Amino acid sequence: MATLLEVKGLTTQFFTQDGVVHAVNGISYKLNEGETLAIVGESGCGKSVGVMSLIKLIPQPPGKIVAGEVWFDGKNLLEMSDDEIRQIRGNRIAMIFQDPMTSLNPVLTIGRQITEALQLHMGMDGEQSRARAVELLELVGISGAQSRLDNYPHQFSGGMRQRVMIAMGLSCNPQLLIADEPTTALDVTIQAQIVDLVKELKNRIGMAIIWITHDLGVVAGLAERVIVMYAGQIVEEAEVHDLYDNPHHPYTLGLLRSIPRLDLGNNEKLIPIDGLPPDLVDLPKGCPFAARCEFRIERCIAENPPAEYVTSSHRVACWRWEHVIAVQSQAGS
Amino acid sequence: MSENLVEVKDLKMYFPITKGVILQRHVGDVKAVDGVSFNIKRGETLGLVGESGCGKSTTGRAILQLYKPTAGSVLFKGEDLTVMKGEDLRQKRRQMQMIFQDPYASLNPRLTVGNIVGEPLEVHKIGDSKERRERVQELLKLVGLNPYFVNRYPHEFSGGQRQRIGVARALAVNPEFIVADEPISALDVSIQAQIVNLLEELQERLGLTYLFIAHDLSMVRHISDRVAVMYLGKLVELTDHETLYNNPLHPYTQALLSAVPIPDPHIEDKRQRIVLEGDVPSPSNPPKGCNFCTRCPRVMDICKEVEPEWKDMGTVEEDHWVSCHLY
Repeated sequence: MATLLEVKGLTTQFFTQDGVVHAVNGISYKLNEGETLAIVGESGCGKSVGVMSLIKLIPQPPGKIVAGEVWFDGKNLLEMSDDEIRQIRGNRIAMIFQDPMTSLNPVLTIGRQITEALQLHMGMDGEQSRARAVELLELVGISGAQSRLDNYPHQFSGGMRQRVMIAMGLSCNPQLLIADEPTTALDVTIQAQIVDLVKELKNRIGMAIIWITHDLGVVAGLAERVIVMYAGQIVEEAEVHDLYDNPHHPYTLGLLRSIPRLDLGNNEKLIPIDGLPPDLVDLPKGCPFAARCEFRIERCIAENPPAEYVTSSHRVACWRWEHVIAVQSQAGS
Repeated sequence: MSENLVEVKDLKMYFPITKGVILQRHVGDVKAVDGVSFNIKRGETLGLVGESGCGKSTTGRAILQLYKPTAGSVLFKGEDLTVMKGEDLRQKRRQMQMIFQDPYASLNPRLTVGNIVGEPLEVHKIGDSKERRERVQELLKLVGLNPYFVNRYPHEFSGGQRQRIGVARALAVNPEFIVADEPISALDVSIQAQIVNLLEELQERLGLTYLFIAHDLSMVRHISDRVAVMYLGKLVELTDHETLYNNPLHPYTQALLSAVPIPDPHIEDKRQRIVLEGDVPSPSNPPKGCNFCTRCPRVMDICKEVEPEWKDMGTVEEDHWVSCHLY
């Protein structure tokens, strides 16, 4: 399949009073057309900053994209002027955010907010854009779309607002939809509705999706490929089945072992990952996970391992990944 | 069967809606908790789950008399807390404490850790200042923090460490009963397990009884002995954790369980979800009949007219309470 997006060595830093925050430290990955990629990690691991940097949504200053290239459709997005990138944002690359309560403008009607992008990017007039807005609201499962166009955001519930956000995201037929924790603020039954909706829309429209989340459960049912991030770096990337069956990085293994599973009994104690993530102002010289890692050797403290492919589709940044696999197969047998 | 430490009977907590600025007319009520009854046995963990706005936190607070309940009774060791006042109630508060959801908002940023953890001791006039200081250090050790941290301020700690401070504060007065209101939902996944393990260890060592309020069903299954499911101010089902997950009776429980994602792509590929339509109705204007009738996939005519009874469908050994017309 054709590559839609290629990120090379993306590095974003924030220059603050306390020092330089190394939010994203040289991440590289590819995304194919029509593919669903999940980026998983805990708060502060750089997953949101990483994708915001793609379309230059980082407040500059204090933030700065220090290095890297983002190739989308033969062009480097990071070298584009503000006007050029505005033609891409919301048009070819759309984004939906975590909190639907704060990402809609409370004093404009839903209809006004959806039609704005249509008029700007698609050159539609009032009537055309309104008709398209009705279509979009119906697409995301909002009933009585015609009359709801004149409603304000406060007249919608949280799940409905996220549907409106998705409708806005899809309005210009984007090739890439970036979803930044879109279900984190929602209840589980509403989360299930939204995940189902996105899967169905993807099948129908065929856009690629980057789904950012900390929830390994949601990822399991949604993504084709998964990137695990820690302290601004990619520590592991694999096909979704491969990652869950056969995690190579101690951090991925630790995350999977520390969450309880609804389908299994509760007799076993959870195995937490001890300690805390490193301070992004003062990153260690070696592997950022070394201080919390049970597989640590001296080399881990001295040298930061690069993310290397161990099979054609599975890469990991760990000096000890073979040992991590060996320990698991022992435990399994 | 062990004795009941807490007995909640037909607890109601309404918040009035008023209109007008000077003459405030009472025009309705938000029925946050609308008649719930359950018992908590000594030494067990009762999980209380439900979606946001279902009244689970209000139930926890009303049990501790942080709100004055509108109706109903809360028996703690056989004594009704709802009729107590002043000094009597204050004495009871020593035996029941609370752990809050947000470890960033629930610790006073201007107090040192020593003052925060020692405050309950001061309020209840336990020990002199030297004894209190020793007790605080002992508590910090108990929750896995370095006792030399007493002079530090909350901002010097991470979320997980702050929640440990919250736990230490709750334990300061040697309570028997702790209401933990979403104690882990503000924390990162890898830190959640640390706090849950801590709560479990403390329960074993100190014989605590927990009411564990959460929306994460996987975690509730893990930590609870029995689980109560709440929807729009009412309990819909209550039973031991195994039965609830293996044989859920209420359609809402079934839908809730099927909506929880499982971190295994092989299982997720094959799973059939019961996806509920629509949203939760407003608690100020709940539907007639069963509260769940507007979204229930198995709704019948009777559900829209008559409120279902809260009845025990269980065996001799295990209770299985449910309120649904299907049974």
